[in-house]
Amino acid sequence: MEKKKLTKYIVSMILAIIAIVIANIVLDNYKVRILNLCFIYIILGLSLNLIYGFTGLFSLGHAGFMAIGAYTVAILTMSQETKQMTYYMKPMVPFLESLNTPFLVAVIAGGLMAALFGFLIGAPVLKLTDDYLAIATLGFSEIIRIIIINMQSITNGALGLKGIPQKTNGTIMKFLNDNFDIGIKPSINLLWAGVASVVTIAFIYLLINSSYGKAFKAIREDEIAARSMGINLFKHKVLSFTIGSFFAGIGGGLLAVSLGTIDPTLFKFSLTWNIILIVVLGGMGNIKGTIVSACLVTIAMEALRFLDEPLKLGFMVTEAMPGLRMVVFSIILMAAVIFKRDDGSLKSALEKVRGRYAKN
Amino acid sequence: MLKINNITMRFGGVVAVNAFTAEVKKDEIVGLIGPNGAGKTTVFNMVTGVYKPTEGNIVFSPSEENSHSLSTLSPDEIAKIGICRTFQNIRLFKHLSVMDNVFIGNHLRLKSGLLSSVFRLPNYTKEEKEMYDKSKYLLEKLDLYEEKDEKAFSLPYGKQRRLEIARALATEPKLLLLDEPAAGMNPQETQELMEFIRKIKEEFNLTIFLIEHHMEVVMGVCDRIYVLDHGAHIADGSPNEIQNNPKVIEAYLGVD
Ligand SMILES: Nc1ncnc2c1ncn2[C@@H]1O[C@H](COP(=O)(O)OP(=O)(O)O)[C@@H](O)[C@H]1O
Ligand SMILES: [Mg+2]
Repeated sequence: MEKKKLTKYIVSMILAIIAIVIANIVLDNYKVRILNLCFIYIILGLSLNLIYGFTGLFSLGHAGFMAIGAYTVAILTMSQETKQMTYYMKPMVPFLESLNTPFLVAVIAGGLMAALFGFLIGAPVLKLTDDYLAIATLGFSEIIRIIIINMQSITNGALGLKGIPQKTNGTIMKFLNDNFDIGIKPSINLLWAGVASVVTIAFIYLLINSSYGKAFKAIREDEIAARSMGINLFKHKVLSFTIGSFFAGIGGGLLAVSLGTIDPTLFKFSLTWNIILIVVLGGMGNIKGTIVSACLVTIAMEALRFLDEPLKLGFMVTEAMPGLRMVVFSIILMAAVIFKRDDGSLKSALEKVRGRYAKN
Repeated sequence: MLKINNITMRFGGVVAVNAFTAEVKKDEIVGLIGPNGAGKTTVFNMVTGVYKPTEGNIVFSPSEENSHSLSTLSPDEIAKIGICRTFQNIRLFKHLSVMDNVFIGNHLRLKSGLLSSVFRLPNYTKEEKEMYDKSKYLLEKLDLYEEKDEKAFSLPYGKQRRLEIARALATEPKLLLLDEPAAGMNPQETQELMEFIRKIKEEFNLTIFLIEHHMEVVMGVCDRIYVLDHGAHIADGSPNEIQNNPKVIEAYLGVD
């Protein structure tokens, strides 16, 4: 890559981080929370896009890898006292109860754990054929949930984990806050999620434009040709799948911190579905599209929350219909698929819609 | 360089190739001809490891002291030891650029690991530059450089065929297998293609094994020719001998 281009990217990364710091100061708590979720979904969307959009492997196990990341981070960051209070049905394994690591270490460990599982699931399936990857990963993510429910002394079972510590002001932020009257919020989750998502975007971008990333795309385009050009399909598929799982674990870990509370029902298939929606909407193998659609989906999810509650339609009030939100979402997904062109980006879908009503 | 010993390929009840034996020597251009369905592509698929022969073996010796039995190797390993191919129905990476198609052909020689590639460490950037330079050189040689940023599927047919050859050359093969490279071309284009094949053979120090089902096409370019019919070897020899061989004439009668 040219030096100039590289400088441009580094500068835009720094600007993005400054923008996030400012956002954390000026936005209210509700907006900060949504922005935080946007960043997390960007990470998750990109990680699935690497696996599915760039390498052509259809995986349905994202929620499972997120669960592994989330539980790892929760267990590593919760204090011993919190754990003692939380695990009241069945005490936690003593070794894990006293185990405590810094936040950054915990998040990376969450990613690595997810990557390890990704490797263990992916390798046997991808060695033979990836036709069964979707089924294997779907099964895996359900099994993980069941294991989490049953391993009470490690995961606290169906009760879930509460009191996952929020990331609060670091030394620098404290200094700023004490010396300048700018009212920085105590929580800096947003900064961590923002930095993680900027780093993920950069990593995926650099990966995809490297020789390895091109090999991934070659596999997606035509396995037989890729193999005949000397590309080891198994090795590259496992690499892509493991890296994707790593970032899914990171995203899951950040989600746990942002929510503060996790339990096994959070990691049901509908979570995977949301991420598939982001990838399809953003365009297979389209980084910018994924970023935009991750934000759109996250914001729409919040905006459409009213659909699950009783609706006031003029005179009458409908009964609450939990799940209506998902129905609307699925309709959006189908519309996206119908309007999808070869490059499949949201932009082209919008152009297509506009094209019907506008002449040019 | 390539020794095919008595290979047979059965698909269920169908015997696609029956006890076929052939040899390709260094620096030769050898043709493999026969009517449609004769089993030619199946022979290539066995040489490149796509299928394992039901019987028989194939030995590839890129140099005198170096010899590989191909039946134990996978297609990507076979590409790494120096055999690369094109496909009868073009198989480009359709939605990728012309440049990327050729660049990917270099990937098998990449020594840098994934992380040094992502973080653009010096060992990778040096290799990447060489890969780009080589791809550029190949595209220029094959008169495709102007189209380097276009998507592969948008190229006209003849250029797609040439791009497939460029991509194969990027893997640095010693033996190049071409499966009906002239398919879909008019006689004029076919003639140019044969000139071109001779040219790249000299330029890149290649040995070439080439499938064609129109007999006339290969007469001018091949040193020797093998003829397959219904999976069985029916003749081999110089183009002249083949043209006058009654068995070959019979096999082709009524087919074309
Ligand atoms: N994978 C396969 N499964 C079953 N039959 C096959 C397969 N590949 C080739 N064949 C059969 O083998 C015969 C030879 O095919 P092929 O090698 O493609 O012929 P050619 O390239 O000479 O036209 C044909 O009858 C074809 O149907
Ligand atoms: Mg054929």
